[in-house]
Amino acid sequence: MMILRAPVVSLRSVGPDMYVLSLHAPQIAANVLPAQFLNIKATDGSEPLLRRPFSVYRTQGENVEILFNIVGAGTRILSRLRPGDLVDILGPLGCPFSLESDFRTAVLVGGGLGVAPFPHATNALSRSSRQIRTFLGARSSPHILRDHLQNVSVATDDGSEGYHGTVVALVRNALESGSIDRPKIFGCGPEPMLRALARAAIDLGIPCEVSLESVMACGIGICQGCPVERTGGEKKYSLICNEGTVFDARTIKFS
Amino acid sequence: MQVHIGSLTLRNPVLAASGTFGYGDECKELVDVNGLGGIVTKSLSLKPRDGNPPARIVETASGMLNSIGLANVGVDRFIAEKLPYLRTLSTAVIANIAASTVDEYCAVLSLLEAQEGIGAYEINVSCPNVKEGGLSFGTNVAMTAQITRRLRPLTKKPLILKLTPNVTNVGEFARAVEGEGADAVSLINTVVGMAVDARKKSPKLSTVTGGLSGPAIKPIALAKVYEASKAVKIPLIGIGGIMTAEDAVEFLLVGASAVQVGTANFIDPATGLTVATGMARWCEQQGVARVADLTGALEVSTEFSVLRTWL
Repeated sequence: MMILRAPVVSLRSVGPDMYVLSLHAPQIAANVLPAQFLNIKATDGSEPLLRRPFSVYRTQGENVEILFNIVGAGTRILSRLRPGDLVDILGPLGCPFSLESDFRTAVLVGGGLGVAPFPHATNALSRSSRQIRTFLGARSSPHILRDHLQNVSVATDDGSEGYHGTVVALVRNALESGSIDRPKIFGCGPEPMLRALARAAIDLGIPCEVSLESVMACGIGICQGCPVERTGGEKKYSLICNEGTVFDARTIKFS
Repeated sequence: MQVHIGSLTLRNPVLAASGTFGYGDECKELVDVNGLGGIVTKSLSLKPRDGNPPARIVETASGMLNSIGLANVGVDRFIAEKLPYLRTLSTAVIANIAASTVDEYCAVLSLLEAQEGIGAYEINVSCPNVKEGGLSFGTNVAMTAQITRRLRPLTKKPLILKLTPNVTNVGEFARAVEGEGADAVSLINTVVGMAVDARKKSPKLSTVTGGLSGPAIKPIALAKVYEASKAVKIPLIGIGGIMTAEDAVEFLLVGASAVQVGTANFIDPATGLTVATGMARWCEQQGVARVADLTGALEVSTEFSVLRTWL
């Protein structure tokens, strides 16, 4: 974990209001694990005041990339960065996906911007002998970002590409068909999607990790601002920033 | 750069505020904790507290609202798991105590008093985010005085009362705790605030209202410290939106002997160090021999101030 000012290498548009920002940060690029995140401050001064958390999308040599869409003042500032501008980053943060555990096929399930951690995860998995199946869901075809992924199946809300329906329904069909060899699910996306995914995984008896997102202030466990309710454990809440963002889906009490 | 808070000597006037620096060990990878004047722990309660449901934080204009609800490990686990690290520090450790009854404040302080490694106590009578205790104590002068009176005989270490700005006349509270033997007051805790999601027609925080912090509240904090400085002789610790050395100097000028850096730690836990080194440089450049000389050095050319009518 470190704080550094990283120069912008490039900013490219990858879809409607969707961007990939590449930053030169060798110390982070060399160490960051799949589903870890960076807490980023794009401006000096107090507007916006706090950092914003972003999953690492991909590493490219000494560069580290994040995926974002414009949702507010902070991401608008990010969308206007130019090569050479300095961005203040704190990272890498959070616990990664457990890609070393016992499974044969990694089933990567991303909803909307929840695709963000999967290119980096795919890169890590492709160095092992494991299979990868990727399922992406989005509102419509232009919002699907399939770069740097493998064996991609798509679901869209409006039916403009692939399966007409939710990505969880698509994954459930695939898993129920029994064609996927010893699967483990890795999910990232909006909470309703993760809740449905967790239910599917429990129903089918398949291990499932989910990467949760939350508003955060510090990203390192001191502000206590990003709790998620757990089932059964000693504590009612865990912090998404440093006890997650990855959790066993069975242990999360979705709202 | 030394300053004194009762019998406690701080190596510099900059402390990390309660709830913004954990128990110290969370930040040690990013900051040389011993470069601070001291750290104030997350509020400690007699039993562990889960804290409030999400959403607990919302960013607002130049600030943030929080409603953490005093989530903490409880005093027993603090002593067993957190204090050993804090004892290894050479800087001052101030234990912050929160409770929902006067007896509970006394119980927590007594448990801590039996331990080595704590330099002073800061009593939180001003948390806006819990049902019992918190603001219901801190907005009541008689209750605030009673807590001080009950705690005073239990320790010889400096007793610091942390006051809320959510009262009309903070000077009255400072005077009351001074009268009961408090060594210092720290102010301000967060300002009660609210954020609304217009589209969903709902509050953004699970508890509807929360506590506002960050640069947005600095002007309020300066006025409250100024007011308290006119009311009491005991040292004041200024808190509220400090991001830079110059912000800290402003608090000293209006009457504070030391400051706490809070919300800025969420952006960079090393902010307190930057502020402390910046203050030293500022003093050197301005020809100020001792940082303590800045306390109350504000030059006011007019007698007109709305605060005058309250004092």
